[in-house]
Amino acid sequence: MYKILRKEVLSDIIKLMVVEAPQVARKARAGQFVIVRIGENGERIPLTVADFDRRAGAVTIIFQEVGKSTMHMGSLKEGDGFSTFAGPLGHPTEIGKYGAVICVGGGVGIAPVYPIARALREAGNEVISIIGARSKNLLFWEEKMRSVSSELIVCTDDGTCGRKALVTEPLKELLEMRGKDFSRIWAIGPAVMMKFTAQTTQPYKIPTIVSLNTIMVDGTGMCGGCRVLLDDGAKFVCVDGPEFDAHKVDWKSLLSRLGFYRAEERQAVERWKHKCALDSAAASGSVRNG
Amino acid sequence: MAELTPKERMQIPRQKMPEQDPLQRRCNFSEVALGFTEELAQKEADRCIQCKKPVCIEGCPVEVPIPEFIKAVREGNLKEAARIMKTKNNLPAICGRVCPQETQCEIRCVLGKKGEPVAIGRLERYVGDFELAKKTVPVVQAPDTGKKAAIVGAGPAGLTCAVDMALLGHKVTVFESLQSPGGVLVYGIPEFRLPKKMVNDEILYAAQCLGIRICVDHVIGRAFTIDELLTEHDAVFMGTGAGLPSFMRIPGINYNGVMSANEFLTRVNLMKGYLFPEFDTPAKVGRRVAVIGAGNVAMDSARCSQRLQALEAKRTGEKPGEVHIVYRRSPAEVPARAEEVHHAEEEGIIFDFLTNPTEILGDENGGVKGMRCIRMELGEPDESGRRRPVPIKGSEFVMDMETVIFALGTSPNPLVFVDALDLQRTKHGTVVADPKVGRTTKFRVWAGGDVVTGAATVIEAMGAGKAAAADMHKFLAGGAPLKELEASWAGAVAQPT
Repeated sequence: MYKILRKEVLSDIIKLMVVEAPQVARKARAGQFVIVRIGENGERIPLTVADFDRRAGAVTIIFQEVGKSTMHMGSLKEGDGFSTFAGPLGHPTEIGKYGAVICVGGGVGIAPVYPIARALREAGNEVISIIGARSKNLLFWEEKMRSVSSELIVCTDDGTCGRKALVTEPLKELLEMRGKDFSRIWAIGPAVMMKFTAQTTQPYKIPTIVSLNTIMVDGTGMCGGCRVLLDDGAKFVCVDGPEFDAHKVDWKSLLSRLGFYRAEERQAVERWKHKCALDSAAASGSVRNG
Repeated sequence: MAELTPKERMQIPRQKMPEQDPLQRRCNFSEVALGFTEELAQKEADRCIQCKKPVCIEGCPVEVPIPEFIKAVREGNLKEAARIMKTKNNLPAICGRVCPQETQCEIRCVLGKKGEPVAIGRLERYVGDFELAKKTVPVVQAPDTGKKAAIVGAGPAGLTCAVDMALLGHKVTVFESLQSPGGVLVYGIPEFRLPKKMVNDEILYAAQCLGIRICVDHVIGRAFTIDELLTEHDAVFMGTGAGLPSFMRIPGINYNGVMSANEFLTRVNLMKGYLFPEFDTPAKVGRRVAVIGAGNVAMDSARCSQRLQALEAKRTGEKPGEVHIVYRRSPAEVPARAEEVHHAEEEGIIFDFLTNPTEILGDENGGVKGMRCIRMELGEPDESGRRRPVPIKGSEFVMDMETVIFALGTSPNPLVFVDALDLQRTKHGTVVADPKVGRTTKFRVWAGGDVVTGAATVIEAMGAGKAAAADMHKFLAGGAPLKELEASWAGAVAQPT
């Protein structure tokens, strides 16, 4: 079992966990991911490494409760654990001295962007970061992101924190203002956000890197379920990625594949909520018949 | 009772193994073949004429003393049969189920010349199941040699190597990337052919008895490298298999509903997708499924698809769907085991021979709606000696399909070789290794099983694991200085063909 050393509630539905996994922490680098599984009946789900502490042998993951597995994970407490915590998987981010770069993090995507921004900053780059979420309560790590960025732009869809805007708006302004200065852009977040970021940067021909989170089973190149269509053919996100040139990705195919198990996901969520309701009713001693 | 004469033995018909009825079993994931009863086993054992020169053994990659164990079964001494079996094969319950006996030991049986060969595989399974339940064979382990071996991959090759190395007194650690040991036995071969509880019991029992440490969730090439293993171990065996799936290079492979057999079988078997939602990983197929290929993996995919359809039909009350095996060659070239093909046919799988997909057609939502195919005919023999399938001009047609599963063979996962550039590989991505003992081009590294041969059988992988263990032992026990050993190492390596 891989023990949860610390749990932090970043918002109602976004949780942070520091997990004891020395063999992952030993090698983990920014941009890589892990496969986690809860219990013997659990599914293997990929989560990007948000941080790691080699000395403590611990890895930080951040996840948003969107399906049954992440809801279940969110209900775990410190001292509980995962049955599987395998990694680090995928290629790490290519960190180099590029000059000026932009790091865009949307929603729970802020978590994987942070170690990348930090590494880029440590490598001597000027890092401008843009983070955004639907609403203030879904934003996190603002201070951490500020500490590794020379400039941080915060925006929310509803204007409850920072600018009322989508992340692509300040990005576009930056590019209009000084597009030539930037040599690389990273964007991590929901697939739709990454798609529109790619469209925003395309006219400026600035290499734009996205970290894809497709459906996976093993995460080691065995199933091919994670395959993504690029200009030059299909690639496996787990072993060829997870980072890809955003301008080469076939977003339509990617978005469609993400939805393949939607009906099953919905069924599993309903079943989980029902179970939680029964559990809490039983705990309060008010189980009704029927 | 008087001893039977050879002639009398040869007159006994080959005993059939009881099986679940096809109409019933195509709706469940329980084991198809139910195993011999004591009576059937004795009767089958009576058929063996105990050849002086048993040629059947020559067909067995691990050289099980076949007539000897059959004799013990005949005498009703199953403990002795199990003891004999385990001198060569530590996983008999598994091998009795998945070995292609008809092309290995049974094909050589002299009874087969005039009639049907002795059902060696069914008897092996009978003995294996007895031993698994009763655990009578004492494990005799050599004293600790102080040497350490690392085994990468807990599949048939790696586990066999691990068990033999541990028996010889070496300290063994096995590294496995998935959550449970077994390799293809747990992710690939379905429950109805090889119950997972049995795999687990047989493997864990062997590991526990011998003090083998199995580290799961350890991904080679990412969490650790071969070079790192070599700093802490005296020898390394790579039994990493052939896990990389192939897709056809035709348009439409990214539509929803197109998958590799690896993905589909892993969802169904390792993750128990057929028990969704009790298990969290969903596995689903549409009402019309095409499995491309005709090997054992294709048969497994087709039969799992059909069972999923039946479970779905039970839930909805609708008629179950259709599963097709689409193969570009003719029935004569089908690479799957005869028994698997027979079982698939009995269960109602439809075979479309001399048919090759040229495009997968999608609907507006990105799902599969059909498959464009072309009819084939057999031309001149190709490099494999089989007649090459050639497209028939103008014979294109469309099959309505919702799911397309590619079962076209696999190759070694390149991830294994990250940071191991000095490990020579062939153009097919397999590791160059001595065919007899498994030595690679890298000092102190052996390899065996599918990672060397490309996708093959469980027992061949076990044979390679066994041969490598014997050579590793010889190497470790030699006591020559490391420098000398390293100088003589390269000579042991076969050149790529």
